[in-house]
Amino acid sequence: MSNAQPAAGEMIVTDEVMIQLAGVNKWYGQFHVLKEIDLTVMKGERIVICGPSGSGKSTLIRCINRLEEHQRGKIMVDGVELTHDLKNIEKVRREVGMVFQHFNLFPHLTVLENLTLAPIWVKKVPKREAEETAMHYLNRVKIPEQAQKYPGQLSGGQQQRVAIARSLCMSPKVMLFDEPTSALDPEMIKEVLDVMIELAQSGMTMICVTHEMGFARTVANRVIFMDRGEIIEQNEPEEFFNNPQSDRTKLFLSQILHH
Amino acid sequence: MSDTSMEKVIPGNRPSLPPPVTESGVLGWMRHNLFSNWWDTLLTLAAIYILYLVIPPFLNWAVFDAIWQFSPEVVQDGKQPQFADCTAISSGACWIFVRARFWQFIFGFYPDEERWRVVLTFILLVGSVYGLLSQRVANKKPVAIFFFVIFPFLAFFLLHGGLGLPEVPTSRWGGIMLTLIIAGIGILFSLPLGILLALGRRSQLPIVHLLCVLFIEFARGVPLVTILFMANIMLPLFLPPQFEPDILLRILVGVTMFASAYMAEVIRGGLQALPKGQYEGAMAMGLGYWQMMRLVIMPQALRVAIPGIVNNFISLTQDTTLVAIVGLYDFLNIVRAGSRDSNWIGTEMEGYVFCAFVYWVFCFAMSRYSMHIERKLHTGHKRH
Repeated sequence: MSNAQPAAGEMIVTDEVMIQLAGVNKWYGQFHVLKEIDLTVMKGERIVICGPSGSGKSTLIRCINRLEEHQRGKIMVDGVELTHDLKNIEKVRREVGMVFQHFNLFPHLTVLENLTLAPIWVKKVPKREAEETAMHYLNRVKIPEQAQKYPGQLSGGQQQRVAIARSLCMSPKVMLFDEPTSALDPEMIKEVLDVMIELAQSGMTMICVTHEMGFARTVANRVIFMDRGEIIEQNEPEEFFNNPQSDRTKLFLSQILHH
Repeated sequence: MSDTSMEKVIPGNRPSLPPPVTESGVLGWMRHNLFSNWWDTLLTLAAIYILYLVIPPFLNWAVFDAIWQFSPEVVQDGKQPQFADCTAISSGACWIFVRARFWQFIFGFYPDEERWRVVLTFILLVGSVYGLLSQRVANKKPVAIFFFVIFPFLAFFLLHGGLGLPEVPTSRWGGIMLTLIIAGIGILFSLPLGILLALGRRSQLPIVHLLCVLFIEFARGVPLVTILFMANIMLPLFLPPQFEPDILLRILVGVTMFASAYMAEVIRGGLQALPKGQYEGAMAMGLGYWQMMRLVIMPQALRVAIPGIVNNFISLTQDTTLVAIVGLYDFLNIVRAGSRDSNWIGTEMEGYVFCAFVYWVFCFAMSRYSMHIERKLHTGHKRH
């Protein structure tokens, strides 16, 4: 495993700021779940966030499209600040795609309808055009033949690929992944990771909460370790895995890598 | 070991065999459901005995000994038939009573020469509902516009009068017609109102939430009879006499309020059955609140709630019989009044059995239709 990954070289990080978090704090009741988070994500960056359960990593990315509300600090996404202003929230959500652990596909709609729903109703794209875009992305995640099926008829891996395609149909500038492979059977993880790797190579800005360290080594340009609501350490993948700085990172890596 | 089994069974290639005969077919079913142990066998035999005691006498009364029509000599000279003519012939049911009163049971006191208006309204209603629900009608837009915009006015003028048609006051409406009007309007309005109340009850806005909770808990905490009495007696006390609304209108408002509170709770149950991920999925796609509710949440919540919703429709249909206490002649009340007629004293049994049968047909049809819808909407979804 050398760092001679040809694909990684093609992925370009720009100097254009995409997401900026400054002094972000969040509480669930009395529980202080995010503590003074500072994070800047450039356009084209691929960031992997890892950390023990309950460390606040999911909460952090859910704040970026305001599925969770932060109480102090500032979050800017592509120049739009997230406040109580509903207009701004909907603007940000239109530009930020999200893939969930449990897919969250709409079971009463076919795969194609799942993909065209938001383009038609949110972006007011004509139905014909939305369907063409949808078929394009279904081809990209390699399941065009499932377009007329319902999500309940697909395997977990297929459902997650549909969910990725659904987000891409909105042509987002950023993609958030919240443990996209944790609910999958082992033999289906690879097909989802392959789609994500291809997406990274196309230059998409991505933030992934995941424990797939192979994925982190392949595509991430930065790995962030969180624990108890704080960013403990961040580094390039090679440095992060081979030479972790803090004791907590070392302990965490030893727990997930040595089994 | 026989020669035919000499073929070697290769692991992974075993054929699927049919289950043993005792596990399938009629015998298997009976063994499982009727005679699986001595206690079940006892219950089965007891049930058969009870059915034997009840069914034959009832069939004798209602069918075999019943009188369906009189011989010509009984009704000669234009003499009105009456119950005594029946009892003179047989101890079975006197269905002549239902035949003699049939049109009144359907139209109440609606004038004979105007009844075509009710029939026309009913045909338009059935036609447009069929157009809305049938898969054979591809373009539902004109049907929907007709049904929701034009039909209500049309129905009002047809039934009540105006625009050149002679007026038929609601006091003359009755029978199955009145029952269907009350149940139909209750069903039609309680569903959208119930949806709004259910959303309001789950709203984050404190005032909306509070108002919806107050309304729902008030309407559910009071018996329908009380609401009908209040609509009938108390409402006019608060309104100036010239604004006094029609009694049927007041009853319709009362029934709709009552039904929508129950509907709201059934739909809230459906909403709570949805995983949070459905809301998050919709929000993350950038859908606004009303888009999310209309396109993602409600279609699923209503599907989950179908059995409860139809249950409400059925009990609403049966609750319409309570309007008798404020003096309206719905189907049950007009049948009861018919058997109090001096010619027909003693025909309560026939009247009630006929009523029960008609209500059962309506409600059973709704029940079957709901099962059909449930099957149709099933998309093989497994919940996480």
